[in-house]
Amino acid sequence: MASRIAAKFNQLRKEGRKKAFIAYIMCGDPSLEGTAKLVKTLEECGADIIELGVPFSDPLADGPVIQAAGGRAIEAGVDLKAVIEFVRDLRRETQIPLVLMTYYNPVFKYGEEAFARDAAQAGADGVIIPDLPVDEAAALRGHCARYGLDTIFLAAPTSTEDRLRKVAQASSGFIYYVSMTGITGARLSVSSEMSGAIEELKRLSKGKKPVSVGFGVSTPEEAAQVSTIADGVIVGSAIVKKANEAPEEEFRRYVKSLREAIR
Amino acid sequence: MKKGYYGPYGGQFVPETLMPALKELEQAFASARRDRGFREEFDRLAKSYIGRPTPLYYAKRLSEHLGGAKIYLKREDLTHTGAHKINNALGQALLARRMGKKRLIAETGAGQHGVATATGAALFGLECVIYMGSEDIRRQSLNVFRMKLLGAEVKDVSSGSKTLKDAINEALRDWTTNVGNTHYVMGTVFGPHPFPAIVREFQSVIGKEARAQILKAEGKLPGHLVACVGGGSNSMGLFAPFLEDNVEMTGVEAGGMGIETGKHASRFAGGSIGVFQGAKSYLLQNSSGNVLETHSVSAGLDYASVGPEHAWLKDTGRVNYTCATDEEALGAFEMLSRLEGIIPALESAHALAHAAKLAPKLEKDQVIIVNLSGRGDKDVQEVARIKEVKL
Repeated sequence: MASRIAAKFNQLRKEGRKKAFIAYIMCGDPSLEGTAKLVKTLEECGADIIELGVPFSDPLADGPVIQAAGGRAIEAGVDLKAVIEFVRDLRRETQIPLVLMTYYNPVFKYGEEAFARDAAQAGADGVIIPDLPVDEAAALRGHCARYGLDTIFLAAPTSTEDRLRKVAQASSGFIYYVSMTGITGARLSVSSEMSGAIEELKRLSKGKKPVSVGFGVSTPEEAAQVSTIADGVIVGSAIVKKANEAPEEEFRRYVKSLREAIR
Repeated sequence: MKKGYYGPYGGQFVPETLMPALKELEQAFASARRDRGFREEFDRLAKSYIGRPTPLYYAKRLSEHLGGAKIYLKREDLTHTGAHKINNALGQALLARRMGKKRLIAETGAGQHGVATATGAALFGLECVIYMGSEDIRRQSLNVFRMKLLGAEVKDVSSGSKTLKDAINEALRDWTTNVGNTHYVMGTVFGPHPFPAIVREFQSVIGKEARAQILKAEGKLPGHLVACVGGGSNSMGLFAPFLEDNVEMTGVEAGGMGIETGKHASRFAGGSIGVFQGAKSYLLQNSSGNVLETHSVSAGLDYASVGPEHAWLKDTGRVNYTCATDEEALGAFEMLSRLEGIIPALESAHALAHAAKLAPKLEKDQVIIVNLSGRGDKDVQEVARIKEVKL
């Protein structure tokens, strides 16, 4: 059976090559109730896949916006275990694909196999771990494959051909292309290098694995630009910031404008 | 053993963006090690610039006062810039130049590694940015000004606990962003492979010298080595050349206000295995896998994890690990100042505090080498504050 993530990409393709809109939010920022409401809003406004951030004390791949969001979630007492329970509850409300984005230590501490089992059973569809390169991920990939959790790895502008191949092979669900050498929330620039790397990833996965681009996508214009070369567009820091700062109506308009732009 | 691992510890747990840079560094380091010209330049700088070899000093009055084994001090406090950190910083600055990198970045806690890196950058005409937690900037304002005098930019890190670990996070974020032209000078035997191996190599000059010096002075190897362990670079530098010998070794962690209070940095006493800032090792963490805040009177030992090779040496039993409290370290700080006229760094004072417990239990013909990893000038102000002395 195809995962919810694969099914979503297939469905989008059948509907006429519409690209996936992947929205990142920090789970528990500022509360789990708030996150549940936010998931609902995002789905209503057209998000295809939700990335749920798991708060961690030392998020070294994240910029200030997501660092602060993680800090608030930790304050609210949220950790990996709570996020998995949250997913279990959320599954009664929605079938939208859910990807957990976590640093490696919480998973290591939880236990790799227990994590794969519990997350999959709760209804999560995939996992992204920015500080776990493919080279260190053999055991976790095995557990995730067994329990049916997609493993989404990151490819970067600095990745060599050899590493792009490893990332393409190890990824399931989709491949996450990091738009720049930097951290989340920095500025985007769409370059010929980027489109070259994305083409390469598609070739290496024989066109079977969608490539989504994240880091630095914040405006509808940027999202539109990225969606011309990628299968999916990931928006994180900008959504987290808007969700915290803007009134609900403005937030809805913003999310819808992203949806409109990604096609 | 898997490459980059010490038993189950070590590895490369960093974002993909940095993986090619680690590979490049590994290759540059391997080729530099084989290059006689590189080794000669490092040796020449060690001698003419750092002031090596540093003396191995017999602390006669200290030994007599404690009434047991003979205590020798490896005088890393006498190096240029005042601590062992310069050995590694200059070595990595040479490596950076070899790789064509124009910019050095580093984290610093007490400021010693920051000063050492800024020194290396000045010497080779490289741009330099040092990340330092705002809490440490407050505690070590003198070193902040030293770095600025040396031409470095000091960036104030006010995220998280505002100390060393947050400075490392920020340095890693910088490296991820500027990896093309920048070398990250990791200051200790920690972080992703190959850093633990590189730092060990550049610091092992300490143990190599000490080994030759004690054979000359005593005609035999020492019975014991003692060094403090923050990330673990000065201890690894001393221990590494003795690992195959019949020599007992003790690493001393920061006991802070006592293990039972939770306010300490004793990873081996209060930690469990985790993955942090690029490496798998012992880590002070909670049940969610979040990293705990640490406490020590010495900023250089105030860190939540420890070099992966130390973790392996602990598990195999080759090295004993213990801790000394803030109070014990402060006692040793004053003891050495008065008995020998040497003001030690508070970090090194932890090693001295353990030596003071060990020496009386040993015979007079036994020999202990303590690594006096740095001098205490940087700590004088903080000690005065603790003792409530107005300067």
